[in-house]
Amino acid sequence: MQRQVALIKQSLFDQGYLDEQFIELEELQDDANPNFVEEVATLYFKDSARLISNIEQALERGSFDFNRLDNYMHQFKGSSTSIGASKVKTECTMFREYCRVGNAEGWQDRRGPRRLHVGPSNTGTDQ
Amino acid sequence: MMMNPSQGRGLGSGGGSSSGRNKGGEAVVEMFPSGLRVLVVDDDPTCLMILERMLRTCLYEVTKCNRAEMALSLLRKNKHGFDIVISDVHMPDMDGFKLLEHVGLEMDLPVIMMSADDSKSVVLKGVTHGAVDYLIKPVRMEALKNIWQHVVRKRRSEWSVPEHSGSIEETGQHHQQRGPAVSEDAADDNASSVNNEGNNWRSSSNNSRKRKEEEGDEQGDEDASNLKKPRVVWSVELHQQFVAAVNQLGVEKAVPKKILELMNVPGLTRENVASHLQKYRIYLRRLGGVSQHQGNLNNSFMTGQDASFGPLSSLNGFDLQALAVTGQLPAQSLAQLQAAGLGRPAMVSKSGLPVSSVVDERSIFSFDNSKPRFGDGIGGHQTQQPQMNLLHGVPTGMEPRQLAGLQQQLPVGGNRMSIQQQIAAVRAGHSGMLMPQQQPFPRGPPSIRQPMLPNRITERSGFSGRSSVPESSRVLPTSYTNLATQQHSSTSVAFNSFQQELPVNSFPLPSAPGLSVPAQVRKPLSSSSSYQEEVNSSEAGFTAPSYDMFSNRHNDWDLRSIAFDSHQDAESVAFSNSEAFSSSSMSRDNNNNATVAATDLGRNQQQTLSGMVPHHQVYGNGGGGGSSVRVKSERDTAAMAFHEQYSNQEDLMSALLKQV
Repeated sequence: MQRQVALIKQSLFDQGYLDEQFIELEELQDDANPNFVEEVATLYFKDSARLISNIEQALERGSFDFNRLDNYMHQFKGSSTSIGASKVKTECTMFREYCRVGNAEGWQDRRGPRRLHVGPSNTGTDQ
Repeated sequence: MMMNPSQGRGLGSGGGSSSGRNKGGEAVVEMFPSGLRVLVVDDDPTCLMILERMLRTCLYEVTKCNRAEMALSLLRKNKHGFDIVISDVHMPDMDGFKLLEHVGLEMDLPVIMMSADDSKSVVLKGVTHGAVDYLIKPVRMEALKNIWQHVVRKRRSEWSVPEHSGSIEETGQHHQQRGPAVSEDAADDNASSVNNEGNNWRSSSNNSRKRKEEEGDEQGDEDASNLKKPRVVWSVELHQQFVAAVNQLGVEKAVPKKILELMNVPGLTRENVASHLQKYRIYLRRLGGVSQHQGNLNNSFMTGQDASFGPLSSLNGFDLQALAVTGQLPAQSLAQLQAAGLGRPAMVSKSGLPVSSVVDERSIFSFDNSKPRFGDGIGGHQTQQPQMNLLHGVPTGMEPRQLAGLQQQLPVGGNRMSIQQQIAAVRAGHSGMLMPQQQPFPRGPPSIRQPMLPNRITERSGFSGRSSVPESSRVLPTSYTNLATQQHSSTSVAFNSFQQELPVNSFPLPSAPGLSVPAQVRKPLSSSSSYQEEVNSSEAGFTAPSYDMFSNRHNDWDLRSIAFDSHQDAESVAFSNSEAFSSSSMSRDNNNNATVAATDLGRNQQQTLSGMVPHHQVYGNGGGGGSSVRVKSERDTAAMAFHEQYSNQEDLMSALLKQV
């Protein structure tokens, strides 16, 4: 079981979903804080779910408020980088670029892939 | 011994985390920098948790906060409860830079900014706002491990032993700027301590300290005391004194030593003054450099008449005040004018200037009209001319010139405006601002800012008319303009925004003209800054009449009047207010709130009131309400804001809000 988790985790790294920041977080975990990574990841998912739904709402409106979207994305990017979710971070950066140039279609195409990135995964501790 | 941070320090109030009390073992405690009390502010809960964990691992005492407002109130309640603040740049309720300014001014704590944004412009902004460091997310442990250096550095530079400054001054070059000799020694000590961490640091600090103060009594002076070095808190009064001293000397020429002498505050050291002066200068620079386009100003003037109603009134009032101060306007007249300007008919007994119609205000802007009116004692439209009448009392020498200048500058038809502008111009000595002619200014250094202000305002608030007003008179800090706008609900909205912009300008202190203000000024405080300028220019005399007026008018004013006893106060208030205001304005919410507030105020009160209240409200809403209030009476607002920031926020707010 643990091995499976380890494999999954490794694949996340290999695929670029996670980066070294995640390792830093893992290093913060110790006996005194045995579930640190899990707690952080949980918090991240909860917060990012909220952000994503905000973003989706903003996207659904007729006219896109790029500033607001940019703000959301910035927040999302901040969270993602802190947790080591590098692919999400990259997507956020691209999204923000689209916002910057006011390209509404461009990021829509990417919404799919972004969703895949964010979701419950075993980025947590070894369960 | 060493740091018992908890002892005597109010750790982590509120914030919560305080779990990291190292009180645990002496060993830990002994090791500096453990126990360093850090306040972390970030709206991102993930980051906050990670940072907290990392900082705890560094053996720091961590308090986390996800709202800037909460952080500020925590800091205020616990002035010496923290050693360093780490704040995110992008936060919904308040811009990180605003928070940075506040903390720097009020608590004088080192602040580290952080963000996922690593663009140079933002990093530069951090530097110009006085951040001691800028971290790019994701933040690593290594970066956090060394944040204590900023605390040490700051303490060293602010080395001050209030009670025994004598020895320090003698021995030391405490003064940052000049302490090469001392600092070198200290540096050596520190260097060794750095290597050794903890004890060394402490002991070297102690040694230095002892070196510096023969008496070596310092409070506590043990290691702990080094860390807990009494920090000079720049209260509103103190800041006002400071600002007064600076103005007296001239911002450009103000040197810490002279300021210190002028202030004559026991226990205050040159270092305290020096570091505060640095911050102040940065602040001024930021405010003044915003608007650079005089030309725009003029244009806006002409065009923005409608919008500017409010401001005009305020301007008038303001000018009047200035005039009064300079002895040109009898105090009474000033009051009347102010009343008029504010749109309160009741106030003006003499000329019965009722003011307050938008149209009237507009008239202010038109110089052409003003000219004739000015001379005649206008009786014509009461609303328009209130100022005119009052101006009568003003020595003619100034007026005609002013008028001329005004007319040229402000084609707008507001008599009042022109007069005011003239006055403002004269007072402010702003060359190039609306009024090309530089009348002899009683005060000093022309503020380049003014020209900038107007432009800025124009651009930002979109009330061209309004902006011009503020601009023209640096003397009349935008606050006036803002005030004018306030009267009209629509304008008030603009005003708010305007105000926000103003903050930058609001610090019009005679700071070096030519300081370029970063474009980002969006601080609502600009009004306050302008206000401050006014304040600066108008001496005590000014204050008196205005205050009276204000108190009559509005409760807020009373508060404010009380708050400011002298223009200096206003300045400091403005200063602080600006900061506060800026911060408040920064947040979107604030803006909205402010707008609403302004609107309400405008409806309820005359310009002055509205100017003030909205500010206040804004402040309240965004935490920057104080500033709005400021706008109204330049000084008052500024003073209020300042006060608010420093201490009476809640009181002021409630006072203001009550009125509304």
